[in-house]
Amino acid sequence: MPVPCRTGCGKNAMLKRPKTGDALCKDCFFWAFETEIHFTITKAELFKSGDSVAVAASGGKDSTVLAHVLKTLNQRFNYGLNLMLLSIDEGITGYRDDSLETVKQNRDDYEMPLKILSYKELYGWTMDEIVAQIGRKNNCTFCGVFRRQALDRGAAMLGVKCIATGHNADDIAETVLMNVLRGDIARLKRCTAITTGSEGTIPRVKPLKYTYEKEIVMYAHYKKLVYFSTECVFAPNAYRGHARALLKDMEKIRASCIMDIIYSGETMAVKEEVTLPSQRTCIRCNFVSSQEVCKACVLLEGLNKGLPKLGIGKSSKAKKMLEEYNAQQTNYKESLQAAAKELDDVQSKKELCLSDSKNCKSGLCKGKTKLNRNSSINSNDYTNSSNAKECCSNCSGSCERIKVNADVNNTKVNTLLEKYVINETNIAKVNGEGTLCNPSNSDDNLNNSDDEEHTHAEYIDTHIEQEDETCSASCGKLGSLNIGF
Amino acid sequence: MAASVKLHLQFGGGAELLFDKIKKREIELPALKKYFPDCQHDKWNIRDLLVWIKDNLLRERPELFLQGDSVRPGILVLINDADWELYGELDYELQDNDTIMFISTLHGG
Ligand SMILES: [Zn+2]
Ligand SMILES: [Zn+2]
Ligand SMILES: [Zn+2]
Repeated sequence: MPVPCRTGCGKNAMLKRPKTGDALCKDCFFWAFETEIHFTITKAELFKSGDSVAVAASGGKDSTVLAHVLKTLNQRFNYGLNLMLLSIDEGITGYRDDSLETVKQNRDDYEMPLKILSYKELYGWTMDEIVAQIGRKNNCTFCGVFRRQALDRGAAMLGVKCIATGHNADDIAETVLMNVLRGDIARLKRCTAITTGSEGTIPRVKPLKYTYEKEIVMYAHYKKLVYFSTECVFAPNAYRGHARALLKDMEKIRASCIMDIIYSGETMAVKEEVTLPSQRTCIRCNFVSSQEVCKACVLLEGLNKGLPKLGIGKSSKAKKMLEEYNAQQTNYKESLQAAAKELDDVQSKKELCLSDSKNCKSGLCKGKTKLNRNSSINSNDYTNSSNAKECCSNCSGSCERIKVNADVNNTKVNTLLEKYVINETNIAKVNGEGTLCNPSNSDDNLNNSDDEEHTHAEYIDTHIEQEDETCSASCGKLGSLNIGF
Repeated sequence: MAASVKLHLQFGGGAELLFDKIKKREIELPALKKYFPDCQHDKWNIRDLLVWIKDNLLRERPELFLQGDSVRPGILVLINDADWELYGELDYELQDNDTIMFISTLHGG
């Protein structure tokens, strides 16, 4: 038997709101849903009249609903905003291809300009190519780190005042829970903020911060909004998957737990003596970073050097890997020089393939060509262009011998990898026990500077190790990490 | 004795990925006592339907759709386009020609 709408409008209720328990008809639900978001926006003063705002659009439910609601409210309440869509194309065949079609649909439906930026343009690598290098195990690290920065770059190109992201209440509650579970106090403190971003960066705002996922999905369904949903083709994070499942189980029993967790996150006080990592800019690319060189640049360097796992584990391990790599590069270079010298003695110059590396047929030169192509896009090239030149100006079939060196080189790299790159326990197994990979996770990564996967240990490693802490948290007694309420 | 029940089943929001990517199905449930001889009640309800779905439609990874005798939290159920929470959830008695829709909120975007 039908339940009447709580507002007394005379129509039958169509859904029970998780947030309030009210039974509402479609129209009253639309009104409540949109008005709450309007209040969130005005109360937090997210926008100013005349602002250009980029909606981070993934084609998924959250960003599709966000774009729709912002357009509606902009007209209804005369926000005076210039809204546009910003999408990142990671280059994942079959996944992003399809979702980008959805974003283009959004562009047409909402009459907003759309900017699509690809990893390929920005970094020289597509996700498909990265996966081919490193396998599927760690790629979410790359994807998340690259995408976060890609959005900043895109927003800078568009010249917008801020980026609006589709994070909903369930996402934020999940992030609070994750930061508690990881002991990541710095991020716990920041993750509930409705506006994030430090000086010199374009702020991110979350207009759906208090909007339940269920209501977003119901709104999209009743409004017949087209969105894209899929299992991310790459590995989900098992730890996050459990946190998400736990939250959904609790929400089923008591729906207010989502708001309660957000409230807890907002009001939790962090003891003064907790050292929060200070924000600075990356010396290579100039984007915001907590380290001298940002994670994106480290990962990219790893890829370009053929050490793709660089940057996935602890930073101290990455450092060691790099040192060994560089030392071994010096040896390699020396042996090349020796080889070159030998050649000079034996062969006459006319036999040499000149410096046009494109035409050099030796396997090694090809590799360098590829690296050089990438380095033109990235300022952080450690690519051994000097080696490449040496090879090219000296090779004539004798590359075979240099190739041997290259193989030796690879073996050594492999050993290095085995030796140093481990910290993978916090990274998911592919299809790990029924966890739905949730592309909104990638949305998290995308939008949320608080969402990078860090373990407690890694946090301490990066941020506290430098200070003279003798205990590296293995005893669990790092007093400074206690939370004061 | 209740006869068979015809239903329109719909899957959306990514839930269809667990059902061969088919979003709409027409199904016909046999008489309840025929399918569950030991059943204590006479009419099909959503709880029974979920068992039927598990037996007949859900081939792999049922834990992504079901949990206990219900749907996995995060999967929304609509009965004739209305929230099942308004209609008794698992105990809702199915009527001939009902549309039952399952929308996943877990497959994000
Ligand atoms: Zn109403
Ligand atoms: Zn993923
Ligand atoms: Zn950088």
